[in-house]
Amino acid sequence: MKMYLNSIFTDPERTARLMDIAQSSFLPLLKGAIFYTIPLTIITFIVGLILAILTALARISHVKVFQMIARVYVSAIRGTPLLVQLFIIFYGLPNIGIIIDSYIAAIIGFSLSVGAYTSEIIRAAILSTPKGQWEAGYSIGMSYSQVLRRIILPQAARVSIPPLSNSFISLVKDTSLASLVLVSEMFRKAQEIAASNYEFLLVYSEAALIYWVICFILSIIQQVFEKKLDRYV
Amino acid sequence: MISIQGLYKQFGNLEVLKGIDLEVEKGNVVVIIGPSGSGKTTMLRCLNVLETPTKGIISIEGNTLDFSGTVPKKNIASFRRLTGMVFQSYNLFPHKTALGNVMEGPVIVKNENKDHARKKAQALLEKVGLEDKVDFYPAQLSGGQQQRVGIARALAMEPKVMLFDEPTSALDPELVGEVLKVMKDLANEGMTMIVVTHEMRFAREAADEVIFMDQGVVVERNRPEIIFTNPKEDRTRKFLNMIQ
Repeated sequence: MKMYLNSIFTDPERTARLMDIAQSSFLPLLKGAIFYTIPLTIITFIVGLILAILTALARISHVKVFQMIARVYVSAIRGTPLLVQLFIIFYGLPNIGIIIDSYIAAIIGFSLSVGAYTSEIIRAAILSTPKGQWEAGYSIGMSYSQVLRRIILPQAARVSIPPLSNSFISLVKDTSLASLVLVSEMFRKAQEIAASNYEFLLVYSEAALIYWVICFILSIIQQVFEKKLDRYV
Repeated sequence: MISIQGLYKQFGNLEVLKGIDLEVEKGNVVVIIGPSGSGKTTMLRCLNVLETPTKGIISIEGNTLDFSGTVPKKNIASFRRLTGMVFQSYNLFPHKTALGNVMEGPVIVKNENKDHARKKAQALLEKVGLEDKVDFYPAQLSGGQQQRVGIARALAMEPKVMLFDEPTSALDPELVGEVLKVMKDLANEGMTMIVVTHEMRFAREAADEVIFMDQGVVVERNRPEIIFTNPKEDRTRKFLNMIQ
């Protein structure tokens, strides 16, 4: 390590080379983030959230079959590694003739994962809304879906913003696993760049920094959201 | 106008209502009193099917639900619109302003035009004395103000009958009056009302009829001046002695 640091500061040629690599790799990394990491995160989170709401509703419904399906789904996803799930979808399914594009495979894998984990957040948030809110909705003639959409979910959203933000931020970082199913997202770009110039520490640190900045911006957005939703309590 | 016949309600093994028969005339104010656990709240909640009766027939202005068979959900929803419910704990929607609370039913359930619904909601809030609070959220209102929004919200659906489930029980004593005043005004306008309450003064002053319930049955029903001064049943007398 000492040698490495020494060489950066004492050898002007090496310093120049590192600066050059840092600069030239920044744009490809940023492109990976903007065109793959961020869209992958957003699409996945939206699809996952819809799955999560459906799963949560199935869990609290009185229909036994729905409850069972939701339970098995959540249990299977939480009980197996995300990486293994991605490998099954991308490398495994072709064995039975199902060939999925790597990007789509990543979306499916991550969405299933987000859906299972956040369904528990949504379920808890729905259950934390007082029973009187359902009754008040029904008493003015609303249907189940109207009460759910207009009364319960908006209140549940407020409670679930902090844990959902957690999941979202985790997801940003989990998308780096997509590099292993050949999605050219930011971390895969980093691997490619580092493989060509052997400056692993520099390039991976640069990628890490970009992840950090993205997550930092997200946590600021979370705070704004929370403030907005907090105005009535 | 309202008739209840042979109403039974069981929670598990616990029989809460044991055959209630009741008629309420249009424009009458009926106050239900009785010890806790007597089934008065359950009966009220059966009237808008927040509780599903085990058996019995309920009818409001010619609309009848017979609970000896299964009742379709659609019928329940349309039946509920005949009644307006005011809850003990207000149950206002915390994420909506006073105005939003009152507009919700007309806009979402009745598909009323928003401007029209807003004007109507403003008028209703004025009627309950809250014209200067329309844009306040429930958390910014006192209990009495919240309950008055609750009354306005129920009235916005133009119900045939208003049901009040201990509307002042959760209020600080100094806030009870403002809610009772709104209720009395409503009664004077000829609204049909069924009120579960412990406010004996309200019963005496506003009720056309007082019903005493105990252990799931109607023990006695009569005009307030008779119930409060000269009840026929021993159980009624005992109860009144205990609370007065």
